[in-house]
Amino acid sequence: MNPASPPPRLADTASRHPRSDPPHKGEGGRRAASDPRIAAGIVALGAIALLIGGAFAGLILEGAHDLRGAASAFDLYLLRVVRFTLWQAVLSTLLSVVPALFVARALSRHPRFFGRGFILQLFTVPLALPAIVAALGILALYGRAGYFAAIGGQSWPDIYGLSGILVAHVFFNLPLATRLFLEALGTVPADQWRLASQLGMGARPAFRLIEWPVLRSALPGIAGLVFMLCITSFTIVLILGGGPAATTLEVAIYQALRFDFDPARAVTLTVLQIALTFAVVLALTRLGANVTGDANLPVAPRRYLSAGTTETALNATLIVLALLFVAGPMAATVASGLGADLGRLAGESAVRQATLTSAGLGLLAALLSVSVSLSLIMARRALSLHRRGGVRSLLEHATDTGAGFVLVVPPIVVGAGWFLLLRTISDVFAIAPVMVVTVNAVMAMPFAIRAMRPAYDAASERHEKLCAQLGISGWSRLRLVDWPSLRRPLATGFAFAMALSLGDLGVIALFGSDSVQTLPYLLLARMGSYRTADAAGLALLLGAVCLALVVAADWLGRGEKS
Amino acid sequence: MTSAMEKGAVVRLDKVSFSYGEAPFLFDVEFAASKITAIMGASGSGKSTLLNLVAGFETPQSGRVLIGGADVGASAPSARPVSMVFQENNLFAHLSVEKNVGLGRSPSLSLTQTDRAAIAEALSRVGLAGKEKRLPRELSGGERQRVALARVLVRDRPVLLLDEPFASLGPALRDDMLDLVAGVHAERAMTVLFVTHQPEDARRIGEQMVFLDNGRVASTGSAADFFDGTGPEAFRRYIGASSGGSRDIARKRT
Repeated sequence: MNPASPPPRLADTASRHPRSDPPHKGEGGRRAASDPRIAAGIVALGAIALLIGGAFAGLILEGAHDLRGAASAFDLYLLRVVRFTLWQAVLSTLLSVVPALFVARALSRHPRFFGRGFILQLFTVPLALPAIVAALGILALYGRAGYFAAIGGQSWPDIYGLSGILVAHVFFNLPLATRLFLEALGTVPADQWRLASQLGMGARPAFRLIEWPVLRSALPGIAGLVFMLCITSFTIVLILGGGPAATTLEVAIYQALRFDFDPARAVTLTVLQIALTFAVVLALTRLGANVTGDANLPVAPRRYLSAGTTETALNATLIVLALLFVAGPMAATVASGLGADLGRLAGESAVRQATLTSAGLGLLAALLSVSVSLSLIMARRALSLHRRGGVRSLLEHATDTGAGFVLVVPPIVVGAGWFLLLRTISDVFAIAPVMVVTVNAVMAMPFAIRAMRPAYDAASERHEKLCAQLGISGWSRLRLVDWPSLRRPLATGFAFAMALSLGDLGVIALFGSDSVQTLPYLLLARMGSYRTADAAGLALLLGAVCLALVVAADWLGRGEKS
Repeated sequence: MTSAMEKGAVVRLDKVSFSYGEAPFLFDVEFAASKITAIMGASGSGKSTLLNLVAGFETPQSGRVLIGGADVGASAPSARPVSMVFQENNLFAHLSVEKNVGLGRSPSLSLTQTDRAAIAEALSRVGLAGKEKRLPRELSGGERQRVALARVLVRDRPVLLLDEPFASLGPALRDDMLDLVAGVHAERAMTVLFVTHQPEDARRIGEQMVFLDNGRVASTGSAADFFDGTGPEAFRRYIGASSGGSRDIARKRT
């Protein structure tokens, strides 16, 4: 027998645990309290609460300080902003979701054709593409100085305003909604299709009896999600809105803080924005929507119904139109980006500096995001293991769905709160890096959690008893068990979080200055000074980096499954 | 190292109650030292729960779990003098056979020369010599369970809990594994608690029987008595109308 690690002898066991009183109900609870994973989750929740709470404190202090100013912000202009915020969101949702329904159906009707995989892959790109890059691509394609105007001539209409916002929102949300509908259609059991083909069901009855019920049940959730994304959209409206006639609450908050310097007004706007998003999220959870979206591709199940020629032609037209609509702005981004003097741009010190800043802040944000997410995931799992079938505690709820609720407070809102809180204490522009890293980390968290949680829970399912049995815990467990089985999903979450934070313009728009510039901020500055070619070049760079990250995330995630 | 093993320990559940929130389990039973006791019963009768309580994966709401006379209720699973083999997930998929066995010696895999020798010996005892560097996915289902048994050997604890470890194996392979368990038991004389659904398994290596019904111990006795047709009524109902049928199966195999 090995003297270094003797198994516990019986006498040994007895002497170490001399007490003979029977274990009671508190046992499981006491063990739960000593689980470091739960402690990590509590720390993570505390950090999130601090970030959000600090923002609210800033708003409340400012509001209390200048209550009359905040109240006087309720004017006709504010009413118009709220109305426009809702109106553009309603239109964007309709224009994204209704066509997506039919595109998804067309794609599901033809489970195998050349380029289908590519189309679905392409449809995941907008999820990762920074909004500012997409906005530039849309301008390059549909703008006054864009490719279409070059063909269409003088009569080409201006894209700025509602039309530009709608085009951009549809560009982002049509592919998202399509993929979600396709996922829903994928849940139709194969047997139903077998039955339909045996009964000789045509396209029309098959839609009515098989596809529509599934789509209809997915519709409220998907429409709600798109609506939510549209009322919190900041960058798109900032760049494509153009003027006070087409301004949303988020952009108005930014203007109140950065241009008019009217903190009281910012408080009113922010409170309204929170109320609005909160109402939408509440409605969404009622509808059972998943607020975070997903980067996974739905698989094509085998289908037993074949489409007729007319239907095939219609479907093909629909798919090609959707493809062109989504691919157009991307192609325009690439084309106009390549037209820029990339060599000179790369040599510019401002560009280099912004790239370094972006990379550094993005890495830190991703690291923080993955750490916080992992803490929540571990705590949730540990809590549910210790619970064993009883009622879930408040803490477990917080580690589970609580993370999704950070989406209620958009980055601009958190940024505005802290901006107001800190402006009296210190130089707000000096803390820009901290704000960018923390806010982006928390905003990317729901996505990181979705990328990592299934893998963690599955690994824990396999390993939990074995580790307890063999006494593998702490550092040994991390090194020998958790890290080898989780590094791929962790890398997926990391790449995704980094792509999201690299492309973000929300927080940096508030806190950015000449001394702290990220790539999106520099891009915005170049657009503002009408250096369009520079902006196009930077957009290409930023888009390419984010895309590479998301492709890496997808690849890493898929490797894990095989 | 075979001589180092002390005799198996008596495992006793003293009025142990437990529940998952619904139907409560109540176990009051003793397992004889150094015997193989087969635990049988319908699905949901509490077979796995009983093993989990002994192993420390579940905590009783009341009552005591005693191993060798000592109350282990407060000990963590790894501190209890037991090893357990599950139906699946006995191995870490990303670690080699050797490392999976080595974890039985050191949970941080800091292995001494003695440890390595013990690991090699255990692997050759279960017939896996030469496969030390393989990953679990490169092994058959039976071989994976052999790795788990090798780890039981290097852990060398007085109680072995088997939770349907061979349920997913084919009949011939299962018999091989049962014989391996019986062989190891003959060498080490540990107390074995063996949960199974298969009467043939229990007949093949079981010395004692514990039959569970509805979260309680319905009857206990020697395996021979259980299978000679004079066993408890509930047990005979459970294994099927004619216990002669299962005898036929047993005879065909010999």
